[in-house]
Amino acid sequence: MSEKIKHFPGEELKARDIREGKVPAVKHRPRIRYLWSAGIAMSRFLEGLKKGKIVASTCEKCGRIMVPPRAFCEECFKSVDGYTSVKDTGTINTWSVSYVAGDASRIKEPILVAVIDIDGASKGMGLLHILGEIDDWKQIKFGMQVKAVWKPPEERTGAITDIKYFKPLKEG
Amino acid sequence: MFGKKRVAVIGAGMTLFRRNLKETGKELAWHASKMALDQAGLEPRDIQSVVMGTAPDAFDGVHMKGEYLADGAGAWRKPYSRVFVGGGTGVFVIDAGWWHVASGQFDTCLVVAEEKMSSCYPHPAYAFTTIFDPIYSRPLGVTLIWIFALEMHRYMHRHGIKKEEIALVSVKNKRNALDHPCAQLGANITVEDVLNSEIMCWPVQRLDISPTSDGAAALVLASEDVAKKLTDNPVWIDGTGWCIDTTFWTNRDLYYPKYVQCAAQMAYKMAGIKNPPKEIDVAEVYDPFDYKELHHMEGLLLARKGQAPKLTADGVTQRDGDLPINPSGGLLGVGNPIAAAGLMKCCEIFWQLRGEAGKRQVKGDPRTGLAQAWGDLMQYGSVVIMRS
Amino acid sequence: MATEKITDIRRMLHWPGHMETDYIYTLGIAGEKFFTEIKENGRILGAKCKRCGNVFVPPRLYCERCFEKTTEWVNLGTKGAVYTFTVAYVDINGTKLKEPIIYALIKFDDAEGGLVHKLGEIEPCEVQIGMPVEAVFKPQAERTGNINDIKYFKPQE
Repeated sequence: MSEKIKHFPGEELKARDIREGKVPAVKHRPRIRYLWSAGIAMSRFLEGLKKGKIVASTCEKCGRIMVPPRAFCEECFKSVDGYTSVKDTGTINTWSVSYVAGDASRIKEPILVAVIDIDGASKGMGLLHILGEIDDWKQIKFGMQVKAVWKPPEERTGAITDIKYFKPLKEG
Repeated sequence: MFGKKRVAVIGAGMTLFRRNLKETGKELAWHASKMALDQAGLEPRDIQSVVMGTAPDAFDGVHMKGEYLADGAGAWRKPYSRVFVGGGTGVFVIDAGWWHVASGQFDTCLVVAEEKMSSCYPHPAYAFTTIFDPIYSRPLGVTLIWIFALEMHRYMHRHGIKKEEIALVSVKNKRNALDHPCAQLGANITVEDVLNSEIMCWPVQRLDISPTSDGAAALVLASEDVAKKLTDNPVWIDGTGWCIDTTFWTNRDLYYPKYVQCAAQMAYKMAGIKNPPKEIDVAEVYDPFDYKELHHMEGLLLARKGQAPKLTADGVTQRDGDLPINPSGGLLGVGNPIAAAGLMKCCEIFWQLRGEAGKRQVKGDPRTGLAQAWGDLMQYGSVVIMRS
Repeated sequence: MATEKITDIRRMLHWPGHMETDYIYTLGIAGEKFFTEIKENGRILGAKCKRCGNVFVPPRLYCERCFEKTTEWVNLGTKGAVYTFTVAYVDINGTKLKEPIIYALIKFDDAEGGLVHKLGEIEPCEVQIGMPVEAVFKPQAERTGNINDIKYFKPQE
């Protein structure tokens, strides 16, 4: 704020007063529902997950094998040239331990989340997913090898959660 | 010179930044806009165009928020547009305002940014999650903190940076904010306080993060001839830059924000800056998390890759250092009403270059200042360079 | 690339979801005064801009034309006139309503703007643009400081 300005507008409210209904206000929960189209590439990806495969798309111009697959290569700005399966193993590019849920509330059992560079795809083609079968999160290492643990075929629906989590390939 | 006319900032205004403010979004926009106009010595009829920057409608809970805020931004029956690039909005809005005047189409432009995040109850966290892809990310239970935590961890791993080094940024900025009259979280904390604070999403802890806030800010831009008539002290916009990267953030190496570098280089080229650390006298670098200040310092080429923590530890980025960073107190100290936060940084550079920042004034008569904002899924960089 | 025309979205691979969350909207500085007056005194206020003299309803903190703070609260009473109206036969989901609902924009003398509200104690075919109406309030004990503290506007006697 400039030292020339003496008054600073804004009437502060206390969170407690809002919570206890002491602040005149209107409450509303808009009803906003969606049916998101998976689109060309993601549909293939989801169908692949149902079959227990991770699907990638390929661009012949830049040579990338891309996960998640996309219908057009964003670097060459052209349609991709095809789809292929890659491995369901990978290495941990980065990871975190979350004690926070989507609505900012706290959770006791942390979610172990990671970006996993998928084997068979181009370098750095990471997928966001959860880590599991890890007793102590301090054991997680950058570059650790992990493998997807799938739901049994009859439980898969064509969703990112058809992979339950990625587990370490070695112990620890 | 880029553009037909040189553009100056001639007035600035802002409201308090607080977790909960009583004013509606319109009222907040009006307070900031009116203050900027009064400071510039202008009437509403002198404003020829208005640009509003405001982030997701989902925070205020009013769809088409740009339209909703328009009359509070003095845009009644005027050429008006809203820009929105996530957190990058606060600096991008001044870049967009610059186009209005530099093109020669308008002599004046009022640039406003507003956010009322408290409407999203009890916490805007859920609104943040809707940024993520609904099919391959949201079903995992994603929350926005994840993406920061993953990036912070990668940055630390790549350069071997420790949490203690990063915590120094939070300590510096919150202390700087004690001198900012609008600040939400000015405080005297220590590195230990940061390291002992609640683990949210390792390695992110509570005191590493800026708050959610309500607030608004505004600037008046004018062409050279108009500016010179109104003030002896115009602050020139000499560089603008902006850049976006792909939404496939898991396909990028998060240790370095390439898109910030692209935006910065665009602005440096325009401003004729060849050696940023030497030529920039003061910088407001986007700090929604403490590690972000370091990350962005490197992206802005103000520090070599991995070296920003050392500059911080050596005191270079303090107000009395060689390259003061976030003398305002940044988002960590002043608050983070998304779009208004970035514009607050622009206001700070304006006041610093005019010598009007009071207790926050950096020494040595700063002449060249930079403000930068970041947004979206680790995607957007927007930069503005000002000179007095 | 072959294309196939599909009109039922559910046949395509899709993911259902929502972007719903709760909101709590403060009334603002001007709004709080407006609704407090409705709640406690059962009357409608406008706000006056001293510069242009316009009185705005609903009242606002600032005049959008002069950009000045409004300085005076004006009691507009409870009586106005129908500026325009519409009759709704279906609800927000498209389901037929038992009774049609009449929505009108009600303007007040010497004030700009107006209130959108329901009309009551009148049949749709009887409504005329320009007809004088007056607000019918809930009993004071039931009012909460909300637009629905006014039940509807009825034709003036």
